[in-house]
Amino acid sequence: MHPIIKALKHHKTAAVLLTLEIALTLAIVANALLVIGDRLGSMTVTTGLPDAELVWVKVSGTDPGISATEWEARTRADLAALRGIPGVESVANVNSVPLSPTGYTQLCLYLKPGSTDRLCNVALYAGSPGYVATLGLHVVRGRNFTDGDHGRFDLFAVDPGAPPPVIVSRSMAARLWPGEDPLGKPVYFDKDGIRASRVVGVSGHLLNPVLAGDPAKDDLNLLMPVLDVHDGRFVLRVRPGTVDRVVATLPRVLAASDDRLVINKVQPLAETVHDYFRDDRALVWLLLGVIASLLALTGFGIFGLTGFWVQERVRVIGIRRALGATRTDIRTYFQLENLAIVTGGAALGAIMAWSLNLWLMLRYELPRLPLLPVAGGVLLVYAIGQLAVLQPSLRACRVSPLAAVRQA
Amino acid sequence: MLSYYLRLAVGSLRRNKTVTALMIAAIGLGIGACMTMLTVLHVMSADPIPGSSAMLFHPQVEPRDAESAGKDAEPPDQLAWSDAMNLLREGRPGQQAAMSAGRVVLHAPGGERSASFVDTRFTTPGFFSLFDVPFLDGHGWSDDDEEKRARVVVLGQHLAERLFGNAKEAVGRSVRLGDADFRVIGVIRRWQPVPLFYDIGRGAYAQTEDIFMPLHTAVDLHIRNAGSVICWGDNATLDRDSMATSNECVWLQLWVRLDTPAQVEAYRHFLVNYSREQKALGRFTLAPNVRLRNVTEWLEYNRVVPGGVQLQALLAVGFLLVCMVNTVALMLVKFTRRSAELSVRRAMGARKLDVFMQLLVEAAIVGVSGGAIGLALAHAGLWIVRQQPSDYASFARMDVPMLLSSVALAVAASLAAAVFPAWRTCRLPPALAIKIQ
Repeated sequence: MHPIIKALKHHKTAAVLLTLEIALTLAIVANALLVIGDRLGSMTVTTGLPDAELVWVKVSGTDPGISATEWEARTRADLAALRGIPGVESVANVNSVPLSPTGYTQLCLYLKPGSTDRLCNVALYAGSPGYVATLGLHVVRGRNFTDGDHGRFDLFAVDPGAPPPVIVSRSMAARLWPGEDPLGKPVYFDKDGIRASRVVGVSGHLLNPVLAGDPAKDDLNLLMPVLDVHDGRFVLRVRPGTVDRVVATLPRVLAASDDRLVINKVQPLAETVHDYFRDDRALVWLLLGVIASLLALTGFGIFGLTGFWVQERVRVIGIRRALGATRTDIRTYFQLENLAIVTGGAALGAIMAWSLNLWLMLRYELPRLPLLPVAGGVLLVYAIGQLAVLQPSLRACRVSPLAAVRQA
Repeated sequence: MLSYYLRLAVGSLRRNKTVTALMIAAIGLGIGACMTMLTVLHVMSADPIPGSSAMLFHPQVEPRDAESAGKDAEPPDQLAWSDAMNLLREGRPGQQAAMSAGRVVLHAPGGERSASFVDTRFTTPGFFSLFDVPFLDGHGWSDDDEEKRARVVVLGQHLAERLFGNAKEAVGRSVRLGDADFRVIGVIRRWQPVPLFYDIGRGAYAQTEDIFMPLHTAVDLHIRNAGSVICWGDNATLDRDSMATSNECVWLQLWVRLDTPAQVEAYRHFLVNYSREQKALGRFTLAPNVRLRNVTEWLEYNRVVPGGVQLQALLAVGFLLVCMVNTVALMLVKFTRRSAELSVRRAMGARKLDVFMQLLVEAAIVGVSGGAIGLALAHAGLWIVRQQPSDYASFARMDVPMLLSSVALAVAASLAAAVFPAWRTCRLPPALAIKIQ
């Protein structure tokens, strides 16, 4: 057996405790790294829109009794007033915007009348004339909506009328008609195929108002041209750099145009995106804090113990020095000793990390722990171990050979 | 004896400042992290209505057909209008209330410009006594008011103060809500069950509503519902108004008070019988599928405490564990170094137990100091939590029991960490330790 390992037997208990501490640290750090990676991954989504140039405002009418025609006229006046704000390029009325749950509407699409073959959880983006361009969304195939496509259609009304043509997102086209040309394909909004529409275009990536946590489902959506979105919101495309000014002037302009509106919220889209991930960001910072504290704690533990071991072994070190061991030999000894302990701790810790992960997977829907976070954690504990042992081992190598003969 | 141990302990701790500081810091960090997260968990899983949470029940029935229910083994969380009304009529008079979330436009006395939306609870007269809602002034409405669709409201203290300056002057005054004038008949004191158990759909940590209005009045005036409305079947042909009384839309919560297990059983039978009856009438198509959960079970079923928070609490406990292992190692080292001194004490007649106690006193001092640091850290941690936008964040404060338990946990943790090292050290035979010298 190697002398270093053999020597460890003399302070078995402390060495075991240190190994245990390193193992626990590694188990927690590896799983924390896994969660951090998971959250960071979910935060990298893009809306597909020019976030920095979009502002939305959610309003509610205070008089529910008014007729649809009156409501439309008022909405048109509001749109015109908003269009007059300096810096605003275009304005439209939409039901929802990415990552903002209010007004979120989901539907099921049927591919054939009378068949149960359907795709559900499809997000609906309905908007007034010009909304596709206002949102800055690209139509990658087929055509954009024309003004004639925008009709008076309310999916949830008693008599909704004939549905207008629709544009589907690229991933939805791939999902519904793999390998086929989606243009001109029919879609049905009910099982019996009474309300039918057809696809005139395919849009690029557009994120849903609410994420399901599955990237493959997060941009399944449908654009629908309408004349007016009941209980919707206004979305404004502004010139770059004018967002703050538009947000500041907007409430005054709307109030002047329509005194029976309550403004619920005005927000730049970039801020909406930022807000959506606020909890994730807070969790990432929390976990980073925990990792840093754990490593610091373990480091101090190693530092304290090794310092004690050096003091305890002053005579032994003196004897080794007197017998010809160089300073480097002494320093290397303590560093290797630490390496041995950390290796033991890392091996135990890896097992604990995966067991902990298995348990967490069952209870909290955590993903499976891949090799990378464990490897990262192992590197971190090695680094912190060597760092913590540096000062004590330097102290050890300064012990004079005379210590061998000195009274302890 | 204790004062002697204390003096010895302080002397020993001061001799080795680095190791002492490391131990105190470790315990402090562990306690701080642990108590921050445990306090958040404690607040989030608190009993919203102590004393009644085991007696208030939330009935559910299954009104859907096989196709709409699909693989869902659970009946809908809420009730349709007709079911809520039937259950109220045949249920437990005076011990029950049906309710839903709404939002009304409030025209402040200032005029049209200052109109704003106010969260409102549409409910039946039993609400206030059922949940022990404290009244500041006035009272709730009667069954007769409900029946007649009376235009009366009960206000929250905060809104009453905002509107009339003094909450005591609100009763008897009139407020304009939407297109109708309502008379204020009562003002309730600040009342905030955490979690807001009676309507989880609003968000479990939402604020209580500012206006309480008779349910029938709200339906009569077509005031829009603001809570969750779930429809099935051929709902595409429903407009927003007819959703309220449709048999295929659920949007109402019903709560009943059942004091004894016999009453609970009887009510469960009543729900099953009711479902059978409705099936015979052709309204329900599925076999009776009812649920009757009390507040505690209801909160659990809805997983009110997010998994993320539980995970964080778990993380904090793991963190404390590492801190403890660290402290055990440091104490072991510290005590072993003092074998000589302790051996002299043993040689002069101190028993093993005396030495053991002396070392534990030393550990307790570390524990108390670490606990003090931990408390400061936990307060800082909770302050950070309160800055978060999550809706539960504002409730994250330490109460007296949590405060005491942090100190207790700190002392317990350091004593637990000291037991093994102290036991090892006091076992050394006195002569041997002196001889090594």
